[in-house]
Amino acid sequence: MGRLGKFWDSSVGKKIVMGATGVILVGFLIIHMAGNLQLFLGAERFNAYSKLLKHDIIELTWIVRLTLLVSVVFHAVAAYQLTMRNKAARPEPYAKRVPQVSTYASQTMRYGGVYLLLFIVYHIGHFTTGTFHPAYSEVGTFGNVMVGFSTWPIVLFYLGAMGFLSLHLYHGIWAAFRTLGLARPSGDPLKRQIALVLAIVVAGGFSLVPLAVKLGLVH
Amino acid sequence: MSAGGLNLTLHVWRQSGPNKAGKIVDYPATNISPEMSFLEMLDTVNEGLITSGQEPIAFDHDCREGICGSCGVMINGAAHGPMKQTTACQLHMRTFNNGDEIWIEPWRAQAFPVIKDLVVDRGAFDRIIQAGGFISAPTGSPQDANSLPISKLDADEAMDAAACIGCGACVAACPNASASLFTAAKITHLGHLPQGQPERYRRALKMVTQMDLESFGGCTLFGECQEACPKGISIDTIVQMNRDYIVAAANEREEKAEMGAG
Ligand code: HEM
Ligand code: SF4
Ligand code: FES
Repeated sequence: MGRLGKFWDSSVGKKIVMGATGVILVGFLIIHMAGNLQLFLGAERFNAYSKLLKHDIIELTWIVRLTLLVSVVFHAVAAYQLTMRNKAARPEPYAKRVPQVSTYASQTMRYGGVYLLLFIVYHIGHFTTGTFHPAYSEVGTFGNVMVGFSTWPIVLFYLGAMGFLSLHLYHGIWAAFRTLGLARPSGDPLKRQIALVLAIVVAGGFSLVPLAVKLGLVH
Repeated sequence: MSAGGLNLTLHVWRQSGPNKAGKIVDYPATNISPEMSFLEMLDTVNEGLITSGQEPIAFDHDCREGICGSCGVMINGAAHGPMKQTTACQLHMRTFNNGDEIWIEPWRAQAFPVIKDLVVDRGAFDRIIQAGGFISAPTGSPQDANSLPISKLDADEAMDAAACIGCGACVAACPNASASLFTAAKITHLGHLPQGQPERYRRALKMVTQMDLESFGGCTLFGECQEACPKGISIDTIVQMNRDYIVAAANEREEKAEMGAG
């Protein structure tokens, strides 16, 4: 087996792939979130931003899309395989086991990940391809968003995804620095301020858009 | 019954041998002195069992002073029980209250099969050590300590990691039954010392490979291992293990020597 195969086969190597792809996705999310907030600057500005991405720099957009696709696939496949391995490592459960320090975020990475995967598929069909959108327009991205967030079930589905995202980031950003061997030794390694701030800023920033649209704060 | 003795109800995992079906059996533990260690409490219960012609509860122990790593059991859902940085043998019954129910179970992991009752086979740890947790260069008799300068920071990190007693509580407490903390402690211990440098990266690769072969789980960084560890080994050692593993995987090459090696 080649070196890459051995790396991917090892639990540590697979986790490093998860951490690295996770960091790529986090980087994208920060930029994506900031871009979305331009909705509050009005239809003209927002549609111009959309045209920039979908027309003027479409080659770059495709490079980013492919990078993200590869990242999500590797991240999710590694998550699935590690989960299977971890379950097999304890076939007989304890009659009583009391988690001492694991955060709710760390315990919900797997469920949250599945929700996020479904969300990503729906989200692309909703606003990128228009497959799941009732009145999709190739050029009217602002209108797409206004219509897209006009019903509560969809708004709530998005907000649920952002809830899981905040948990995923709260554990994931902190964990990724450790998985990738980057964190410095610390007196309290469980402390995670950067991850907390980023989780709130990213998930909160994204949530503003569906909330504001549904509550009629954007015109 | 004398004053001050504790009356407890134990729920203990009983299993007559490897691969046998087991179950939780309830036992009363009466008139237990708060000064007893947890293992002395089990001894007392066992005396009662033997006197009444029953099979005593098998549990592992040796030094009874917190240094050998033999004695771990799950106590009320926590590895080595409720007290931080304390092995089961050093846990005292004053930690418990009269009337308490105490759940006592063996470490649970595919890699740690139950031998009997609370005793598990931790041979998987030995095989991880055999894969690389040593220094193979014969170093002769000890040199003068000052002839091999080691920075205080490195010495501290190496010594902190070297405190691992191989008890397996990290595996037991981990939701994934991962041996990452144990393996990382050994890799960190030797990786911070000059004697450990020549084999540092090969060691990381081989020990991680063996850890996987033993069917332990992977690390999700729950942090449970660090909390359970009676020696306070930090998950920072796992950061070190992963860093060494990355360097090792990037630089891995065939061993070329055909003869004369060693
Ligand atoms: C596609 C759906 C996703 C699934 C199924 C998923 C699943 C998971 C799981 C199960 C873990 C924990 C793995 C473990 O330690 O056992 C994890 C970690 C992580 N995820 Fe995701 N996730 C998904 C999407 C995302 C997204 C969109 C991001 C980007 C914001 C992300 C960022 C991270 C990071 C940074 C980690 C930490 C990696 C580490 O511990 O080093 N994930 N993911
Ligand atoms: S790292 Fe701690 S819990 Fe794990 S085997 Fe060593 S001493 Fe026990
Ligand atoms: S019996 Fe040796 S550490 Fe407990």
